[in-house]
Amino acid sequence: MHNSDLINFGYIIASVLFIYGLKLLSAQASARRGNLISAVGMLLAVVLTLCQQGLEYHWIIVGLVVGTAVGAVLAMRVQMTSMPEMVALFNGFGGLASLFVAWAEYDFKPEMPASSAAPAMLAILIGGITFTGSMVAFGKLSEMLSGKPVLFRGQVPLNAFLLVVAVVAGAIFTLSPASTYYLLILTVLLGLALGVLLTIPIGGADMPVVISLLNSYSGLAACAAGFVIGNTVLIVAGALVGASGIILTSIMCKAMNRSLTNVLFGGVGAGPGGEGTTLQGEPKPISAGDTYFLLEAARSVIVVPGYGMAVAQAQHVVKELAELLEQNGADVKFAIHAVAGRMPGHMNVLLAEADVPYEQLVETEDVNPLMPSVDIALVIGANDVVNPAAREDKSSPLYGMPIINVDQARTVIVMKRSMKAGFAGVDNPLFVAPNARMLFGDAKQTLQAIVGEFKSAAA
Amino acid sequence: MLLFFVFVLSIFLGFELITKVPSQLHTPLMSGSNAISGITIVGALVAAGHTDNSGFATALGVLAVALAMVNVVGGYLVTDRMLRMFKVRRKEK
Repeated sequence: MHNSDLINFGYIIASVLFIYGLKLLSAQASARRGNLISAVGMLLAVVLTLCQQGLEYHWIIVGLVVGTAVGAVLAMRVQMTSMPEMVALFNGFGGLASLFVAWAEYDFKPEMPASSAAPAMLAILIGGITFTGSMVAFGKLSEMLSGKPVLFRGQVPLNAFLLVVAVVAGAIFTLSPASTYYLLILTVLLGLALGVLLTIPIGGADMPVVISLLNSYSGLAACAAGFVIGNTVLIVAGALVGASGIILTSIMCKAMNRSLTNVLFGGVGAGPGGEGTTLQGEPKPISAGDTYFLLEAARSVIVVPGYGMAVAQAQHVVKELAELLEQNGADVKFAIHAVAGRMPGHMNVLLAEADVPYEQLVETEDVNPLMPSVDIALVIGANDVVNPAAREDKSSPLYGMPIINVDQARTVIVMKRSMKAGFAGVDNPLFVAPNARMLFGDAKQTLQAIVGEFKSAAA
Repeated sequence: MLLFFVFVLSIFLGFELITKVPSQLHTPLMSGSNAISGITIVGALVAAGHTDNSGFATALGVLAVALAMVNVVGGYLVTDRMLRMFKVRRKEK
């Protein structure tokens, strides 16, 4: 058997490991093994590629060492609460890598056949969009940039125009790649610009959708790079990621009852403080001490965590409070909305970190029928996912999104830093509802105060 | 054309593989598949390793190797960190 046949056979095994790993990753019991299997596939693919004859090694090794060190340090040091922006950052790097691969291949051999030139342009365009799009998402998620959508006149026509320019440039380039280096540079710039322009109009609350979509793009960019160098393992793995990203995107859109087009171009929350409802009535504040008395008397409690819990790093003390409530004889459940937080499944990860048992987690459609019989709904830093305007107010930008109906519980305690509107910038009539009490302050400190009351009462 | 055939089949396979995912796995699935998109490392190694490369192409290639490696190593490690937490909880049950 020839050396290159052996390598190609190895690539098939790597592809199978990716497929099998991804399959295991989508089921609870096998997920960790699945991730490991896919990592083995990746290692195999890298080792096989290094075995190719005629590679110049010394610079490669520098790149490998630097990349591995940076990736490992970032991955080990990131806090669970910052996971969304870290995933966005990694994703952006993958996209930029695909862009560079296509560019370097062209620079190495400009006389490309059309079957390499067209995918090279695609890898550059999609890779560029993935990179700057992910960086904008990173900025919005880490709150370095404002979470508000940025909209300006002619935004959609401008994007469409840039896209048309990219397609025309790609077509001309494909016909005569060797003499049109400038079109490649133009496409690099177009991709980078489009990534920013396509991501800035998307509001912070829609970030779970955007991250899933950008994840899909990075797969497609890798796939296109695979066509450039004629490598099947890139095409298979890239296409798998592209498809899985699209599925996650559609799950997220369904959870918000919105179409992808609406998420991408709707710019929810761009208005000053949001259009729609003006709040009527006064919010009724409550102290941590009084909250303790309410909770102490409650027989059933539903906790609804949101992004505020992540920001305050309050997941551990939430778990402590839940245990105390259970010892006190109350039934405690955590209601998880699919788009609570800033990335798909964000709340699940945090509660898992705090060791909250899986059986205590319930999803929106299962918890809502129980709501009228619940004594206390404790909302911790969630806002848009419990906004009754989504159910009742047709003029609200959130209208139609399935929400957790905490307003139907006997009493709702809303823990919040201030009366500011949520990430989507929409006012929340829940805060002035007759059965709602506002508990202002940092979620972690306030919860610690309540836990303290429980402990001193027990002592 | 053969490559295109492989591409279309893989897209369909991707759709079939992950249609039903429990919501608590959304994040790990996303970051795990994100790590797989770092497969572009293979292309980066090829691009960086051509022996008669220009200095510029080598620089692009090496940058691509480093970036893709951050994506791969970081992606797999954070995914494992998250999944480890799910695991610990199950043992306690």
